Amino acid sequence: MKYDIVVIGGGPAGLAAAVSAWEHGARRILILERDKELGGILNQCIHNGFGLHYFKEELTGPEYAGRFIELLRQTGVEVKLDTMVLHITKEKEIHAVNTKDGYMVIEAKAVILAMGCRERTRGAIAIPGDRPSGIFTAGTAQRYINMEGYLCGKRVVVLGSGDIGLIMARRMTLEGAEVLACVELMPYSNGLNRNIVQCLNDYGIPLYLSHTITKIEGKRRVERVTVSKVDGERRPIPGTEMVFDCDTVLLSVGLIPENELTREAEIVMDPRTNGAVVYENMETSLPGVFACGNAVHVHDLVDFVSAESAKAGAAAANYLAGEKDSAGPIVEIANGNGVGYTVPQKLRLEAINAPVELYFRVRQVYGKSDLVLKSGERELLRLRRERMAPGEMEKIVLPPSKLAKADSGLTLSVEEEPV
Amino acid sequence: MTELTCIVCPKGCRLKVDEENHFEVAGASCPRGIAYGKKELTAPTRTVTTTVAIEGALHSRLPVKTSQEIDRALVKKAVEALKAVRVKAPVKTGEVVLKDVLGTGADFIAAKEMGRVPL
Amino acid sequence: MQTMYDVLVIGAGITGGCVLHELSKYQLNIAVIDRENDAAQGTTKANSAIVHAGYDPLPGTKMAFHNVRGNRMVKELCERFQVHYSECGSLVIAADDGEAEAVRNLYERGIKNGVPGLKILSREETLKLEPNLNPEIQCSLYAPTAGIVSPWELCIALVENAVENGASFYLNHEVTAIAQEEGGYAVSTKNGAVFHTRYLVCAAGVYADAVHAMAAPADFSISPAKGEYYLLDKNQGSLVSRVIFQCPTKAGKGVLVSPTVHGNLIVGPDRTDGCGREELSTEGAHLAEIREVSRKTCDRIDFRQSIRNFAGLRAISGQEDFIIREIPGRPGLIELAGIQSPGLTSAPSIALEAVELLQKAGLELVKKESLRAPRKAVRIKELSPEEQREKIKENPLYGRVICRCETITEGEIVDALKSPIIPPAVDAVKRRTNAGMGRCQGGFCSPRVLEIIAREKGIDPTEVLQDKEGSFILPRFQGEKQL
Repeated sequence: MKYDIVVIGGGPAGLAAAVSAWEHGARRILILERDKELGGILNQCIHNGFGLHYFKEELTGPEYAGRFIELLRQTGVEVKLDTMVLHITKEKEIHAVNTKDGYMVIEAKAVILAMGCRERTRGAIAIPGDRPSGIFTAGTAQRYINMEGYLCGKRVVVLGSGDIGLIMARRMTLEGAEVLACVELMPYSNGLNRNIVQCLNDYGIPLYLSHTITKIEGKRRVERVTVSKVDGERRPIPGTEMVFDCDTVLLSVGLIPENELTREAEIVMDPRTNGAVVYENMETSLPGVFACGNAVHVHDLVDFVSAESAKAGAAAANYLAGEKDSAGPIVEIANGNGVGYTVPQKLRLEAINAPVELYFRVRQVYGKSDLVLKSGERELLRLRRERMAPGEMEKIVLPPSKLAKADSGLTLSVEEEPV
Repeated sequence: MTELTCIVCPKGCRLKVDEENHFEVAGASCPRGIAYGKKELTAPTRTVTTTVAIEGALHSRLPVKTSQEIDRALVKKAVEALKAVRVKAPVKTGEVVLKDVLGTGADFIAAKEMGRVPL
Repeated sequence: MQTMYDVLVIGAGITGGCVLHELSKYQLNIAVIDRENDAAQGTTKANSAIVHAGYDPLPGTKMAFHNVRGNRMVKELCERFQVHYSECGSLVIAADDGEAEAVRNLYERGIKNGVPGLKILSREETLKLEPNLNPEIQCSLYAPTAGIVSPWELCIALVENAVENGASFYLNHEVTAIAQEEGGYAVSTKNGAVFHTRYLVCAAGVYADAVHAMAAPADFSISPAKGEYYLLDKNQGSLVSRVIFQCPTKAGKGVLVSPTVHGNLIVGPDRTDGCGREELSTEGAHLAEIREVSRKTCDRIDFRQSIRNFAGLRAISGQEDFIIREIPGRPGLIELAGIQSPGLTSAPSIALEAVELLQKAGLELVKKESLRAPRKAVRIKELSPEEQREKIKENPLYGRVICRCETITEGEIVDALKSPIIPPAVDAVKRRTNAGMGRCQGGFCSPRVLEIIAREKGIDPTEVLQDKEGSFILPRFQGEKQL
């Protein structure tokens, strides 16, 4: 089998990338999706709040996915569902398997990695205690409830205040469960403000910041959990224990980009994002292999996934059209004060003829502050922000005119307003 | 006086709404925040998103939402009202699943296209 | 007419499983009963999974004998039953003069025990083999015959093969009474069943003393000692290539760092004495201690890559050696108790001694003329692309990957659900297929495995268990239908 572009994953990233690649002139495009339908995780995200940036209207997850599936139908992009990609080689050979075609080896001229992410589990955060049933990642519970129709618990404690956890606190409450508490290790929530208000406050669910679950008890099913306050070093403080009798613990403790295939292809990874290092056009260290969406870095808004993935799709089409990356200088964007990571991590200055969108996250909550981009000691850009938080991805746009002045590595930092 | 967090934008202004004084809003840094604060305390509304049982589709639940926002106090009852409803695939996005939910004028509409899956 | 078994085995852990398997080679009517809903549910599924070389037990003990003989037997069994095993070797590392002395003593002991291939390695030799070890070591004891194994796979394979060769099995049968009767014993269980048997083998793990007390006056007691563990992602799995033990000191035995047969890294155990028989909880302070102590072996372990913590219980009997005997005054009642480390390694050898004891007690052993060979499980990911193509043609379900972390297909899960001991739970499927063993710990595949179990067994999804009896995943609330 031979295709010009193979897209790994038919979630929001893969859909946007494939549609965009088609719109930019590429043909013979194939999407490989492991689930039995397109749309990825959006299919279980039945809440609304999607699309405000991209479609300028408020959609639910399945509706948002539906828009892209509709766009895809108008193209000649081929799709293989229920298909698992097993390996990707450096030569862009894709090994995949399904029940109909069996074991396939597909040769691709370009590959777009859009595998999304997975949830961190109990093991990853080492919650002590027993090992009963009734401990779910929030996304697993979401699938049970929203797609299969099983309420997986009646008295629930949510650990972590990520958006899925908050959304699930509301969802389970609406379906008749009692959500006793949402417990967050950090002194701030990782979820969007809107979700704190509409998912917790609306239903009187208490949010315990700087707290964590220190013990899970239950021989068969979860019976109770102990929650403790933590100090500045995130260590539990003895004497602060609260006990909740519950049958279910939901974990919303972070997402990890899914990159086993990327690593296998020996693509250069960024330990800060757990995703591939990408250039301004979402190309990875392996020429002709592009990456986008949550596989590159975890987003909070699908709208940005779509925008970023459309960029990757366009770049893959341009790559096929023979537009090779420039051999010119490569500048790396270093993380200065307060910046956790940036995507893209690297820029090929000579290839840049349009504004570059730079996504990043800050390391802590900031009030009024400036974002400063420097090349060496020279300040290229200074932007004012009223508020920034690690839970909300930031975006700045770098005009080519400013970048043209870059003569060495770039550094992005946060400068707090002096009090 | 009630304090609440504005959700109009990510800034998250801390609003103070004075019920005694025509729901005057303090702490907002834009007019949208003022409107939000007032509405939250006088007539809060929400779009309801939930699921309904579906037969003959890939999954056993069909995502639905209200066609417009409804009174926040009615959200739980609206979800309850769907328990009696069963939908048969195929369904198109936007198709009405339950008309005029609890007399609010809002309909529950399908939020996903679900084809018929052969058994 | 009621069944009279020739031999009844109490306990379907690795010890009881090995005995059952050994007995299944003879023309006997045999059965195994266990309190849990699956084989290998006790210490067998929660231990270090090490096949010890045999330099540790004191020379002349049963432990020393069974360890060294069992070490070879485990290897053979794993090869025959396609159980994941690797003879990766082990190192005991010494950090100072005192430890170097202790390592030399272990070497001497090993020689006396008949352990082949032992060598004392210099610091440089050690670091050449294991470059990621803490460089502050003096020397190490290298034991090439040490290995790693999947203990539950081995146990289940043995019980399964015994069943295919005629053995009966009764799960969810907790023994409550043992009475001597004409021609043998009557064993009663909590659910009201009574088993009659001519001979009885007790391999009841942490319950060995309780089962003993049902049959005879107590003369030992089991005081379980809990050990807690970290299991880390495969990206940490190649930090070491061998089992690395710390040198035992007055302060304790230290923790081991080892690859697992599935490519992960295991770190642990610590030791908490005097635990309850079902006390399998992990504790924050203990886990922190394990992290700290492991630094002595290797300070490059990234514990953020943890995928699971668990605890297991050692059946400590207070006696220095294994208890392998016919209980005095109870003819034909063989007891295998206090089978602590190196119990897993020793089990096949202990089983041979148990059968000898049965024979001495009068059991006639006549070999069966033919035996059914071990069931060959299909493991798709271990096949070449061409072989996979063939398999998928035979059964398209081999083409649907359910567990993406471990690449386990629906075909393999369905096979497990059709095997002689039908897995009763999602975790039981995991122990047979590895689905859900990987880095996402079943987050993605467990709803699918649940669905497959419900479909294949023709039960409602709310009846599917996570693991032991009562561990419902989707509980039914007061009989109310779901959403």
